[in-house]
Amino acid sequence: MSENNLLSQNSAPHSDVEDIKRRSDYLRGTLEETLQNRITGSISEDDNRLMKFHGSYMQDDRDVRNERSKQKLEPAYQFMVRVRAAGGLVSPEQWLMMDRIAQKYANDTIRLTTRQSFQLHGVIKWNMKQVIQEVNDELLSTLAACGDVNRNVMCNPNPYQSAVHEQVYEWAQKVSHHLDPHTRAYHELWLNEEKVADSRDGVEQEPIYGPVYLPRKFKIGIAVPPANEVDVFSQDLGFIAIHENGRLLGFNVAVGGGMGMSHGDTKTYPQVARTIGFILPEQMVDLAEKTVTIQRDYGDRAVRKHARFKYTIDDRGLEWFIDELQQRLGWKLQEARAYRFDHNGDRYGWVKGSNNNWHYTLFIQNGRVKDESDYLLMTGLREIAKIHTGDFRLTPNQNLIIGNVTSQKKKKIEQLIKTYGLSDGAAVSALRRNAMACVALPTCGLAMAESERYMPTLLDKLELILDEAGLRDNEIVIRMTGCPNGCARPALAEISFIGKAPGKYNLYLGGGFAGQRLNKLYRENIGETEILNELRPILNRYAKERVENEHFGDFCIRAEYVREVHSGLDFHA
Amino acid sequence: MLQVTNSPFRQDQVELLNLLLPTLTEGQKIWLGGYLAAFQSAGEQVAAALQEAEAQAASAPAAPQEVTVLFGSQTGNSHKLAKKLSGRLQDQGAQVTLSAMIDFKPNTLKKVQHLVIIVSTHGEGDPPDNAISFYEFLHSKRAPQLEGMPFTVLALGDTSYELFCKTGRDFDQRLEELGGKRLAPRVDCDVDYDESAENWMAGVLAYFGQASASASAQTSKAADPSAVGAGQLTEYSRSRPFQADVLENLNLNGRGSEQETRHLELALADSGLRYEPGDSLGIYPRNHPRLVDELIEAMGWQSDVRVVLPKSTEERSLKEALTSHCEITVLTKPLIEQVAELAPGNGLKDWLLSSEEQDIRAYLKGRDLLDLAQDYDWTGVTANSFVSLLRKMPPRLYSIASSLKSFPEEVHLTIRNVRYEAHGRVRYGVCSTFVSEQLEPGETVPVFVQDNPNFKLPSNPDTPVIMIGPGTGVAPFRAFLGEREELGAEGKTWLFYGDRHFSSDFLYQVEWQRWLKEGVLTRMDVAFSRDTEQKVYVQHRMMEKSKELYQWIEEGAAVYVCGDEKKMAHDVQAALIAILKQEGGLGDEDAAAYLTKMQQEKRYQRDVY
Repeated sequence: MSENNLLSQNSAPHSDVEDIKRRSDYLRGTLEETLQNRITGSISEDDNRLMKFHGSYMQDDRDVRNERSKQKLEPAYQFMVRVRAAGGLVSPEQWLMMDRIAQKYANDTIRLTTRQSFQLHGVIKWNMKQVIQEVNDELLSTLAACGDVNRNVMCNPNPYQSAVHEQVYEWAQKVSHHLDPHTRAYHELWLNEEKVADSRDGVEQEPIYGPVYLPRKFKIGIAVPPANEVDVFSQDLGFIAIHENGRLLGFNVAVGGGMGMSHGDTKTYPQVARTIGFILPEQMVDLAEKTVTIQRDYGDRAVRKHARFKYTIDDRGLEWFIDELQQRLGWKLQEARAYRFDHNGDRYGWVKGSNNNWHYTLFIQNGRVKDESDYLLMTGLREIAKIHTGDFRLTPNQNLIIGNVTSQKKKKIEQLIKTYGLSDGAAVSALRRNAMACVALPTCGLAMAESERYMPTLLDKLELILDEAGLRDNEIVIRMTGCPNGCARPALAEISFIGKAPGKYNLYLGGGFAGQRLNKLYRENIGETEILNELRPILNRYAKERVENEHFGDFCIRAEYVREVHSGLDFHA
Repeated sequence: MLQVTNSPFRQDQVELLNLLLPTLTEGQKIWLGGYLAAFQSAGEQVAAALQEAEAQAASAPAAPQEVTVLFGSQTGNSHKLAKKLSGRLQDQGAQVTLSAMIDFKPNTLKKVQHLVIIVSTHGEGDPPDNAISFYEFLHSKRAPQLEGMPFTVLALGDTSYELFCKTGRDFDQRLEELGGKRLAPRVDCDVDYDESAENWMAGVLAYFGQASASASAQTSKAADPSAVGAGQLTEYSRSRPFQADVLENLNLNGRGSEQETRHLELALADSGLRYEPGDSLGIYPRNHPRLVDELIEAMGWQSDVRVVLPKSTEERSLKEALTSHCEITVLTKPLIEQVAELAPGNGLKDWLLSSEEQDIRAYLKGRDLLDLAQDYDWTGVTANSFVSLLRKMPPRLYSIASSLKSFPEEVHLTIRNVRYEAHGRVRYGVCSTFVSEQLEPGETVPVFVQDNPNFKLPSNPDTPVIMIGPGTGVAPFRAFLGEREELGAEGKTWLFYGDRHFSSDFLYQVEWQRWLKEGVLTRMDVAFSRDTEQKVYVQHRMMEKSKELYQWIEEGAAVYVCGDEKKMAHDVQAALIAILKQEGGLGDEDAAAYLTKMQQEKRYQRDVY
């Protein structure tokens, strides 16, 4: 099933990133000096590799890159700071802190991410320490928000199935905490902790990761059926809660999913995770740790774009992995249990939880929280946070839930929602409500095309087609990314666009509505006119020929626009 | 106009020449200057005849006269004039000692036979850097009595400053107090000093005997002893600027900056213009077109009326005269006193007569001719009579930001746009706005090179160099480092730079980064004043590094300061003294003496404005 040259080449020389990690003394590198260098707002490439582990990437404002180069100025270097919270759950105080530092140090916006984290953009080097301190003062962290470690653990955000949700969320936190890096470098660099003597050996420093950490990032998500907002099959390690009458029985385990690929390299591909069995809740932490250590030991450290866990599994086979895992665990997984997913999008507006609290899901276009002259979203949320006694939950679709609103507070919050005209998405098309775009230009260094800044205008034009076809209220999952690394999980959408060049995208069709199936390339490297010309007849035909409850992705396969993709290995076939 | 008293000619010759000279074109004048110079050096017979004539005409003393010419110069003008005068005196057979004041040993003053002083005034009435020690000596109790010693002073200055030519006046007065006798009256020169300086020189030369065939060619460089040769008809100078092509004109400040700093690249092509790092470039700007239009309208004139240019016989349209040939953005007391006479009834004269000096100063400050035009009634005053009283458009000097070794046949400048509001109207810095708004690549601009011998890299490339240049003061250091890079110099270099914001105002950022990486620049410290709550300036960074700075100085480093005088240069000097005290354990006086010694050794040089 896999080509030989994909096999993890443990004998091949390690990539230079591995060297950087090895030499870094547990993520210290020369960051301390580099941050103090006043001649440049940048940090060195080596230090930037390490910076990711601390939750930040160096970027630059690409809109002014050429202009500044002419002006003999270095690029407008700035940092993206990612703040993580397992399951995307934060308190009103934490929200207010994010709101404050976004205005004080960043570009006056907060970006909610597809992994239920916050991103700040435009933080300059000299403010990094202050930002990270203020984040930590409110008991949030940036550590391991990026880098070759376990990332923010995702969890079904909507607490309307209150009892189950609460238990699942607790397990998400436990797993997250268990896989936190142990290095004190973070505390030394940012939180003024005194430098510890680095005489201890690797095992003591990082009992799980060791001195070179993982070969690549590692992602864990937990879904609570029937909702699959976390896109559990896109995760390296996914857990599907099995519950009965409000009681959590355990989890189905799925492994080896992942979105990223490289254009023009068919050895790289998105993959869906495969279910390997069922475990009890109390077995979760152990299983996660052992899975991570297998990837640590067998993942490819020579070729970074072949280093994700999905390739480790595909190269060696699922059976090999299950054997290795059960050996390390010392126990066997049970047979997977039955469950059903019916969507991966968010449910907007008010829902009442079984704990009698109310939860309001707010539509936030592309996850960007900011004030615009005619829509004071950031201010509105600030005012809500000031009086809210419940919590906020970042959804995997980049929306926000005002959670656990008591019946007494509901009126007041409703009033604020009305005052600021905050949207539950009812006024926009169902397509837009199910849309996601990554950040891309101007800050992301990887972007080849626009995404967040372009998606809304493309949707404007698609909505005209939908209106003609009478599909305005039909839910279709549509996603866009500026590069093939897959931050908006485009390979699982019914319609998706992956940027190739400015104004040019690959168009993919046929993903599963509940995030259960990869899509397939339909047209390559096309611009807006062609995008609209391609989609118009398909949508019109879908409107006329769909069978009852048939989703658009399923229709695209039945109507033979694309072939069904069962595994990432067929993605390019 | 030539007169018997300011020239070596007889009355009949003067009359003939005065008939002829105004009819000559610029080209003819230059040709004639060169012709005469060549004629003079070629024909021994003629020369001999001339000498004979001189001998007859004057009762010149037989023994060569000893003249000491001392200059105090900041931008090089005094130095240049001193060299010119010395050359002419030598041509007359005088024995001349030419020296910068800082290099002159005060204890030899008593032995000086004739003392000639050429000195500029800097900032708020201050002597130039290389005149300070001599100035202080002469005004101290240690100054010797100079009973009967003949002296004269040429003072350079700018009438738009309150203490116009103060340093020259002080020298003049002090030398008289010490018993000196003026061999020629002091002359105070404004920014367009050429003519007044020539007149003064003619007087000096006349004192020392019949002037020779130097012919006092007013503008021709061919008569200058430093001229290359008579055949060279295209030597460009302050009075004969070169029209340089604009190659590049871009804003160095990034988006979001409240400042605009132009990086201007000009082609020198085959102009023959040469410069050294540290020299300046003079630019003749044009006034802002809107200001010119508004002035003409406010005065009720017609823009196409012909007027005679000030201190000239040439005619131009009023618009062109006000745009390119006259200064209209600065009001000086002498100017408004003169124009007041044109309209005695409009109240200006009465106001001037009845007002305190300080009130007049307060009015002049920040106002221009348009204000004057709007504040008083000038009905009936002709453009021609008014324009003839104006100052000639003075050139603006900018420290050159490039090394000829890095950019052969080019010269680069760093020019910050000056724009501010005063008295209810936006005011534009004449030259910076001209550069910013009117100089597209492909256009030309009149320029000349102004030597600055007081701001030069150490001759030894191994000597460490400390450069302090915030804002546009960093310009010459781009030239310094370019030069050292091309020379492969091995001496250490340290640059202190500052501005408002790191992200938008870090002039030439990537070039310093490259030089740091390649080792041409050894260290760099920066201070961005508006990025932090507490404002940080270069002097703070210097204090933070005081130990290393002192070490460099002790190792023989030369220290250069360029930029704003009032705010920056004083603070930097204070920091240097503080470092000498703190790290060298010196007292106040010793620290000051240390710095003076560095100055004398040319290890502390400033180009401040």
